[in-house]
Amino acid sequence: MRRGIGTTALVAAIALAATACGGESGDGEKKNANGELSGTVEFWDTSGDAEKGFYKKVAEEFEDEHPGVEVKYVNVPFGEASNKFKNAAGGGSGAPDVMRTEVAWVADFASLGYLAPLDDTAAVDDKDDYLPQAWGSTQYDGKTYAVPQVIDTLALFYNKGLLEKAGVEVPQSIEEIKDSTKAFEKNDVTPFYLRGDDPYWFLPFLYGEGGDMLDAEAKKITVDDEPGVKAFEVIKDLVDSEAATTDTTNGWENMQKSFKDGKVAMMINGPWAIEDTLAGKQFKDDEDNLGVAAVPAGSAGQGAPQGGHNYSVYAGSDNLDASYEFVKYMSSAEVQKRTTEELSLLPTRASVYEEKTVEDNQMVQFFKPAVDKAVERPWIAEGNSLFEPLRVQMADVLTGKTKPEAAAEKAGEEYAKLLKDGDWK
Amino acid sequence: MAVETGQSVAPAAGGDARGRGRGTGEKSSKVPGPLRRAMATHWYAWAMVAPVVIVIGVIIGYPLFRGVWLSLTDADEANVARTIGVNEIEATYEFIGLENYRAILTDNVFWDRLGWTVLWTVGCVSVTFLLGLVLATMLNRKLRGRAVYRIAIILPWGIPAFVSVFAWQMLFNEKNGILNRILEGGGIEGVPWLGDPTWAKISVIAVNVWLGVPFMLVALLGALQSIPSELLEAAEVDGANAWQRFRNVTLPGIRSVSSTVVLLSTIWTFNMFPVIYLLTRGGPGDSTEILVTYAYRLSFLNSPRDFATSAAWGVLILLLLMLFAVFYRRSLRKQGEVW
Repeated sequence: MRRGIGTTALVAAIALAATACGGESGDGEKKNANGELSGTVEFWDTSGDAEKGFYKKVAEEFEDEHPGVEVKYVNVPFGEASNKFKNAAGGGSGAPDVMRTEVAWVADFASLGYLAPLDDTAAVDDKDDYLPQAWGSTQYDGKTYAVPQVIDTLALFYNKGLLEKAGVEVPQSIEEIKDSTKAFEKNDVTPFYLRGDDPYWFLPFLYGEGGDMLDAEAKKITVDDEPGVKAFEVIKDLVDSEAATTDTTNGWENMQKSFKDGKVAMMINGPWAIEDTLAGKQFKDDEDNLGVAAVPAGSAGQGAPQGGHNYSVYAGSDNLDASYEFVKYMSSAEVQKRTTEELSLLPTRASVYEEKTVEDNQMVQFFKPAVDKAVERPWIAEGNSLFEPLRVQMADVLTGKTKPEAAAEKAGEEYAKLLKDGDWK
Repeated sequence: MAVETGQSVAPAAGGDARGRGRGTGEKSSKVPGPLRRAMATHWYAWAMVAPVVIVIGVIIGYPLFRGVWLSLTDADEANVARTIGVNEIEATYEFIGLENYRAILTDNVFWDRLGWTVLWTVGCVSVTFLLGLVLATMLNRKLRGRAVYRIAIILPWGIPAFVSVFAWQMLFNEKNGILNRILEGGGIEGVPWLGDPTWAKISVIAVNVWLGVPFMLVALLGALQSIPSELLEAAEVDGANAWQRFRNVTLPGIRSVSSTVVLLSTIWTFNMFPVIYLLTRGGPGDSTEILVTYAYRLSFLNSPRDFATSAAWGVLILLLLMLFAVFYRRSLRKQGEVW
């Protein structure tokens, strides 16, 4: 076992050295005599299989505008991208010039000094055009460390046919979902699928009770307050009253399958699920059968977490000027418009929403109202680790191992451990 | 074989360190007397082992000592040395002694995880060993199609662990998995294989047993075949029945092999990361999280990544296994086994 780890380390070291050799472009020149950009810009993209072809094409078209610059497009799987970037960025070699950063990564990377501040650089162009929610995640410690690429949020997906058959209106609240159980029962359909193994899906319930994970301004942990307890009670009650079905493992596959097969009538999901859902039995021949509405409200509010991706520039890049220009190009209104046309992802610039092709896009029509209501998460360096304690407590509540009150309290204790370095209350 | 494997696992750390230290010491200083004479006489042997010592020192020694050192500091991602382009950030972490260990050992998380890890290890190793022994005994005779049986039983070993774990995950799927389909077809309510803390524990042990049996089988079959058939025949002539022959001839005959495989299997199972991580991710909740998967979480999933605490967990795991190996050897020696 020991030896296994040693070998892995060696292989990793060799691999790292190899990428370092490949990554070093050699020509660190920023501009040649007449002010033209030159050199190489390496861009790490984390988009999925369906999207990466488009992004590669768009990124490489940057070369047409700036013939002196060579764009090196690298696709890194989303799941390992954060660790890979951190290792390369701190190790001094192999890091890209431009990185696609998930909204919660920006503060994390910036706090470690890996990102170049972008204020007053070419990267930030027409910043008032960005949606304020999208802009929020680019800020850390009063500086801008990223530029928004796409924005998303969670919404309620529903099967129009099944709702009609049961005679149920699109529910506005969790209470209404619960009340519809009887109506669906006669068709052998469960109203709702509750994602039990991913804490991101828990946030609409937490926001619905008027709670949040943290109060970043007051520097206070709020997950263990009354709304947190209530949110755990709500998810447990949904499952116990058979208004919802859930899994504490394999949640994604089971959720998609039961919704696509018409076993459940509703689920909460994001824009990234649309393609997959439309390929399902219930929607394949009738795309209009899929409806999307805002997440159901709880007893004290309504909201879904805001997500999305940004572009960041590596602080150690030896070609900063070209990188800033590349970021400006990638988040320009023109590229965003094309992204929506080809991939149906939501733009982050207000002006793009006024374009005809974007306005008419069905997915944009579904999700724009939801994005407008999306709740910003606390953009702090520890943001990513806040989910793990919730995942554990969610499962424990759903399996009946822990009472909601104890679960909220334990999540709060874990948060206190994770945030021990700041003066959090 | 028993001797070599046992020793290389148990005091791996100390042994390497000493060997390396002595080697370099001799080169740098001119010590007269026995050492020098030994060097003069055995220089050829030293030269021969040098590559091994150096390679082990680099591959095992350095990461090990670095890990131990980190566990005595407050190093995390935000204070280790970093090179960002042309900027060098100096390391600012400090030596804090045994503070990490104190924090871990006074926290219930460690003891909870340790309890389950011990249960998991004992469960897996005992069931794997018994199944392996039964199957090996069954195959240790002439029967038609023996080669086919052997191949079939060794097959789980030939498949990469992550592939078989993913296959098992599909079988165990509560709503669409084949196991529950079969149960429901028979009118029995489906079982939340991975969705309930107790069932999830049983499921992960079952998968690990499935993965571990081939190794036991091969090792024990080899041991069984090394028992001279004259011994068994003599026992039979003396009037011993099948059980007595098994108990008094076969078992002592395979003892040296079985004690080794049990030790190895214990160490592997204790640190069996892929089965737990890929099958349940430690869930539901944290009910199937063992010590190594938790240490992984600290150094790879949290932000900032906590290198020091994770290293301390690693050192504690190593200490536990070394302690186990020492006591295990001692108890075997008491029973007359020579190691």
